[in-house]
Amino acid sequence: MKNIAALASIAFLAGCGGSGNWGWYVIDPTTHQGMSHIKFLMNGFGATILLSVFAAVMSMLIGLLVALPGMSSNRWVRLPSRIYVEFVRAIPLLPMLFWVFYGLPVVLKSMGISLSIDAFWGAVITLAISDSAFTAEIYRSGIQSIARGQTEAAKTIGLTYTQTMRYVILPQAIRRILPPLANQFIYIVKMSAFASVIGMQELTRRANELVVTEYRPLEIYTLLILEYLVLVLVISFFVRWLERKMGADESR
Amino acid sequence: MPQPSAPDHTNAIEINGLNKWYDTYHALKDVNLTVAHGERIVVCGPSGSGKSTLIRCVNSLEAHDSGTITVDGTRMGDAASIEAIRAEVGMVFQQFNLFPHLTILQNLTLGPMKARGLSRADAEDRAMKYLERVQIPEQANKKPGALSGGQQQRVAIARSLCMEPKIMLFDEPTSALDPEMIAEVLDVIVDLAESGMTMIVVTHEMGFARRAADRMVFMDHGAIVETGTPQEFFENPKSERCRTFLNQILKH
Repeated sequence: MKNIAALASIAFLAGCGGSGNWGWYVIDPTTHQGMSHIKFLMNGFGATILLSVFAAVMSMLIGLLVALPGMSSNRWVRLPSRIYVEFVRAIPLLPMLFWVFYGLPVVLKSMGISLSIDAFWGAVITLAISDSAFTAEIYRSGIQSIARGQTEAAKTIGLTYTQTMRYVILPQAIRRILPPLANQFIYIVKMSAFASVIGMQELTRRANELVVTEYRPLEIYTLLILEYLVLVLVISFFVRWLERKMGADESR
Repeated sequence: MPQPSAPDHTNAIEINGLNKWYDTYHALKDVNLTVAHGERIVVCGPSGSGKSTLIRCVNSLEAHDSGTITVDGTRMGDAASIEAIRAEVGMVFQQFNLFPHLTILQNLTLGPMKARGLSRADAEDRAMKYLERVQIPEQANKKPGALSGGQQQRVAIARSLCMEPKIMLFDEPTSALDPEMIAEVLDVIVDLAESGMTMIVVTHEMGFARRAADRMVFMDHGAIVETGTPQEFFENPKSERCRTFLNQILKH
């Protein structure tokens, strides 16, 4: 329904084309040039999605590695995890992106590692680290919501820590973790727009480039927003489906 | 390293000078208790008297602050000794602590398969043997949530027995049960007592204590106040505190 409403609003705005202030011709699918512009813009979807998926997967892995020691009963084991979460959460995404893209190769080089970081990996690493502080907190609350008695019962039947996590705690926690994690994916998709500033050819970058050549910011950015809207609505739909499925499983 | 056990003359459990604090609260005060092989101990006392804490120290679910615990010849100390002790000691909790995401059969086979390396077939044979012993083999493929409290607690007992422990600890096994389900659980525990299992049972079920206990232990304010045979204990309690306690719980 929302998609239809979105299309209707495009049609409405397109109707304003004749007023002189609007230049919808720039993305008019009925003309050859408009169509090629649309294709140029839409070609950013692949990069935005790939970037977001890589960053999300990496963030989930880092988040788990940060969350597990963060739940130790030993405060010295807990401390590095808490510092990581507080530290990473405090850094705005854009400065972190600049630091990783321009600064990290220098740091690596001084350590004798010669590694150039391209825009894609620069953006993936930054998004993953930045998001991992939040995924770590999602894991922590999900795992801690599983009653302590479960861990104790696992100990009394001789399971190791790893076995307890794998067979007892995580299968139960996953139902509480997955929906907020999927929700977090929406943030990654939106934040991936920042990758445009280091030259990543994703949705926002392409819109910027077209604006520079065509000088039609209103129309092009309107389409850009609609592109993100569609992408996020599809993910939201999936998240809600997941929440329903998980909720149904829990009550069984 | 766990010390080798000398089966004939060591006791099942030897607790010497045990102390435990929760911050400033002195939860166990110089507790000494020796349990012979095959002996059935019932521990009772007002709530907050340290009964649960005491038996949770025996399998190291709670760490103690001073004193020694020796289980079947193994002195508790490093991680290896704790693992060795837990392999000998089964525990049944007030809240059952079954794994809700696994079927009854999976609850019973998890420990034998993962901690003991049994094949699935052997673990399932063993599980069915103990489910028959607690008289609910027909529930094997259900999830714990589909069972009554009494059935769940019997499954929890079977789950412990699947690890073939030498010693069983029961932490108020009937306190979370509806009255009509208490008997079915106590019958299973009495049956186990008659089979020669060494056990410590924390309970307020004095009828059970008369039937099954070799020795009563009365605790108050973190210390053992009185021990004796059920006959001495019920008919001629030595301490005033014990008399008061018995009056309170036997009145009803």
